[in-house]
Amino acid sequence: MKTFVLVVNRLAWFVPTLLGLLAIVFFISHVIPADPAAFVAGENATPETVAAIRARLGLDQPLYVQFWRYILSILDGDMGRSIYTGRPVVEDLLSRLPATLELTLVTVLVSIAVGVPLGVVAALRRNSWLDHGLRVVTIAGLAIASFWFAILLQLLFSMRLGWTPLGGRVEGWGPEQITGFYLIDALILQDHEILLDALQHMILPVVTLAVPATATIVRFTRAGMLNALQSNYVLYETAMGYPRRLVIWKYVLRNALIGTVTQIGLIFGILLAGAVVVEAVFDWPGLGTFAVNSILSSDYNAVMGFTVIVGTMFIVVNLVVDILHGMIDPREVR
Amino acid sequence: MRRILRKLAEDRAALFGLVLIGLLVLAAILAPWLSTHPGDVTEFHTAQRLTAPGAENWLGTDRMGSDIYSRLLYGARITITIAVTAIAVAVAIGVPIGLVAGYYQGIGSELLMRVSDIFLAVPQIVLAIAIAQTLGPSIENVILALSATYWPFWARLVYAETRSCKNEPFVEAAIALGCSPWRVMVLHILPSISSSIIVRTTIGMGGTILTAATLGFLGLGPPPPTPEWGRTIAEAREFLPMAWWYAAFPGLAIFLVVMGFNLLGDGLRDVLDPRLRRAARHDK
Repeated sequence: MKTFVLVVNRLAWFVPTLLGLLAIVFFISHVIPADPAAFVAGENATPETVAAIRARLGLDQPLYVQFWRYILSILDGDMGRSIYTGRPVVEDLLSRLPATLELTLVTVLVSIAVGVPLGVVAALRRNSWLDHGLRVVTIAGLAIASFWFAILLQLLFSMRLGWTPLGGRVEGWGPEQITGFYLIDALILQDHEILLDALQHMILPVVTLAVPATATIVRFTRAGMLNALQSNYVLYETAMGYPRRLVIWKYVLRNALIGTVTQIGLIFGILLAGAVVVEAVFDWPGLGTFAVNSILSSDYNAVMGFTVIVGTMFIVVNLVVDILHGMIDPREVR
Repeated sequence: MRRILRKLAEDRAALFGLVLIGLLVLAAILAPWLSTHPGDVTEFHTAQRLTAPGAENWLGTDRMGSDIYSRLLYGARITITIAVTAIAVAVAIGVPIGLVAGYYQGIGSELLMRVSDIFLAVPQIVLAIAIAQTLGPSIENVILALSATYWPFWARLVYAETRSCKNEPFVEAAIALGCSPWRVMVLHILPSISSSIIVRTTIGMGGTILTAATLGFLGLGPPPPTPEWGRTIAEAREFLPMAWWYAAFPGLAIFLVVMGFNLLGDGLRDVLDPRLRRAARHDK
């Protein structure tokens, strides 16, 4: 029952947030520009085309009518056509979604697998050289421009050493589309060659994206561990003669990770933002590459569609994380 | 104040950060004198394009034959201009909103915080891309896009701090003495929450510089021939793997500057955040 209340509570907040996002994008695309129709038409459009588009989009109507129509069209799944590909923007975005999700999910898993143990060790050996070293390394990891790091990795490992492919998801055609996630599709099809190839293509983009994500996880796990280690129940359990290892890995870690779980939403945001440029460098056919190509070709509808889709994904992830957090930590349910 | 400086001086990492920031400021101010080819921001010498680093061109030349070292120095000016202005605007919008919303709790402040929550619900770079794409590539528009997406960080922080500060005895005393709300906010609450604002601003500088460089890399920054660091890296991609210096050094500059702000911010937080200080004492 409490969980139900929590879910309803968070869902009630979801709708206004989404409306707010649409309002911001509407403001950016319809209110800021002097002539939005010219943007949608592209740089080479004739005045007649622009006038036709203005009438078709209802840009001669009052703003609140425009906003209402904008929301209706988004709910209808209509974000206009891309000038670049000529297809509806929604179709373009959805067809590239699995590539980005696969990259992001693998990166999150790698970051957790590396970051959580490092954070625990840093907290247990507080103020050791290892702790200080990790502090500097994590700060450095958050200071690297991911597009630059991606280019350096590509320069060294792909161009000079030839160890990893230059870019893309696989050599030639991907596996038969089942889920759109190449790793899963290759596993289902028992195609080990493609699986290996897809993994090789994934190494550099995942490493690039994982650097800031891992740094964030290390820092939050360390802070959470330190907080938990100072609590009274640890004192109690130690006094009761519980083995130190049991106290740390079972009771302390479990409480320390609550903070880390809430950070996954934040990390997802870091990854989506990083994916924009990292995908473009590695020619990864996902949302990021699509966004960069749209920016370069001044494809206005596509850029705004990208903003709405990524914003919505981010809001949904945070909603799920909020609900998960409430389920793990009963104190959150009030 | 002296105690804070002394503690900060003991933190070698934070000091190093301060040195890096100092170097950036020096590079920006002294660019005309430090650079070996001051004219190369706009001039080009196609005869010596893509020369490797050496005695004449310390960090090599770019596709136009311009000296990369000199262009990096002038790029520091753009970086500082963008980051300082964007952050100043974001602070100037965010702090008053947070202060007023935290002091008067009502429907109005609830609404203000909801609006800033919505801005925080979208990755900053994505919103900044949308705004910069609409406005067109220029320094002013990058600043506008950054401050429009970053102000909620300060609004949120100041709101939370003001709320927890409002019930402290010194604020109640000030109200009881008949101070106007305005006076209480500016002279009593603001000074006591300023350390959190300073920490947040220092770390925010690093993030803003990274986002600005990303916008530049995407072609949404100031147009050529501006020696903006992110754009330079984008130009360099065509000439890899041969001209490695072209992409390597501008990125290194971004990294060192952001690292400087992050190290200093981290050190400042340890020194200024009273909660962390208590935890440290507990530990000993």
